[in-house]
Amino acid sequence: MDNFTFGMTMLICGMGGTLLTLWIMSLVMGLLGKLFPEKPADKGE
Amino acid sequence: MVEAILSGLGGLTAGAQMLFVDWRNAIMIVVGFVLLYLGIKKDCEPLLLVPIGFGCILVNIPLSDVMSNDGFIRVIYDAGIATELFPLLIFVGIGAMTDFGPLLAQPSTFLLGAAGQFGIFITLLLALALGFPQLDAVAIGIIGACDGPTAIYVASKYAPHLLGAVSVAAYSYMSLVPVIQPPIMRFLTTKEERMTVMKPVARPVSRTTKLMFPLVITILGGLIAPKGLPLLGTIMLGNLMRESGVVSRLTKASENEIANVVTLFLGLCIGATMVGSAFIKAQTLIVLALGFIAICLDTVCGVLMGKLMRVVTRGKINPLIGAAGISAFPMAARVVQREGAKWNKKSYLLMHAMGANAGGQVGSVIAAAVMLSVLAGMGIIR
Repeated sequence: MDNFTFGMTMLICGMGGTLLTLWIMSLVMGLLGKLFPEKPADKGE
Repeated sequence: MVEAILSGLGGLTAGAQMLFVDWRNAIMIVVGFVLLYLGIKKDCEPLLLVPIGFGCILVNIPLSDVMSNDGFIRVIYDAGIATELFPLLIFVGIGAMTDFGPLLAQPSTFLLGAAGQFGIFITLLLALALGFPQLDAVAIGIIGACDGPTAIYVASKYAPHLLGAVSVAAYSYMSLVPVIQPPIMRFLTTKEERMTVMKPVARPVSRTTKLMFPLVITILGGLIAPKGLPLLGTIMLGNLMRESGVVSRLTKASENEIANVVTLFLGLCIGATMVGSAFIKAQTLIVLALGFIAICLDTVCGVLMGKLMRVVTRGKINPLIGAAGISAFPMAARVVQREGAKWNKKSYLLMHAMGANAGGQVGSVIAAAVMLSVLAGMGIIR
C-alpha cells in the first residue's frame, strides 16, 4: 500500500473512528446517568 | 609476568579508551545528565526522568554489558517491554488513580477528549511525508496521545528502534504542557471567549453509573477496536477496582507498589535503549520535533472543538477547556484553570477541565486502540 493511501486511511478511519467511538460512549454514559441517577442513599456511600 | 600485568592494566583502561573512540557515547552520557538535571532540579516527571537518565548513562559507558544478551537491563527489557507487560501494569495503576466522575457528570466532554487526539493522525501524515516507514510513522504519531504508557506500548510493539526517542519525547512534552499550551490557547481564542464563566457541574453521579462505566467502556471499546483491548481493559480494571471499593488492597497496590516498581523498571529500560550509536541520528531530532508538533496540534484541535461546542451551546462553553482534552492528567486541567482565572477571576474551570482531561485519558487509549484495529484491518499488523 502506498504512503498516501495509508495516511489518508489512517486519518479518516483513525480520526473518524476515535470521534465516533467516543461519541457513542458519551451517549451511552449519558443514558446510564439518566437510568441510574444518584439517589439520596448513594450520598452516604 | 610483565605482559600479564600490562594486559590486566589494559582491561582497566579499555573503557576509558573506548570513550574517545566513539564520541556518541560521551554525548549520550551528557544527555543522561541533562535528563537527571531536569528530573532532580526542575522536577520534570522525576519518577521517569531519573531512571531514564541513569539508564542512559549506564548503557553508554563503553563496554557496558547491561543490555547484552544476559545483561540485567536486557532481562528486565525482555520480560516487561518486549512483552508489553509494563505499560499495561502502569495502566492498571492509572485506572486505579483516576476519578472519572467529572467526565461522567458531563459526558459531552468525551468529544473534547476525542479532539485532543487529532494531533496523532495529523503527525502520522507528516511523518509519512518526511519519508518514515508506515509503522514508524504510527509510533511517532502516537506521541500525540500525550500518554507515556500508550506511546511505549505502540512503539515497543511496532517500532522498537524508536522506543527511546518516542518515550523521551512523550514524557518530556507531557511535563512541558504548562509551557506549550497557554500561548496556543491565547492565540486561538478571543478575550471574550476566555472570560466565559461556566456554570458549576451540578449533576451528581451515582455509584451504579461509576461502577458501570469501566464495564461499558471495556465492552464497547473492545467491540469496536479489539486490538486495543489490553490497553483499555487494564485501565478500566484499575478503575473498576477503585470504584467498587471492595478491593482496596489491590487498588492501593496497583497505584503504589506495582506502579512504582514498574515505573522504575520502565524508566531504566527506556534509558537503556538510548545507546549513542542508535540514538544520535538526524532521525531522532525529527522524531522529537514531530512529537512537539503532535502535542501542539492536540491543543489546537481541542481548543477548536471547544469553540465549536461554544457555538452549539450558544456561548455556555469556555473553549479553553478544550485544551484539557489530552491525556496529561491532571496537569492539563490545572493549566486550563490557571489560564481561565488569569482572564476572569470569577471563572472556575477546574471541574469542567477535569472532565475533558479524563475524557482525554480515555480518548488517548481509544485512539491507540482504533489505530491498531485499523492497521489490523488493513493487514499491516496481525
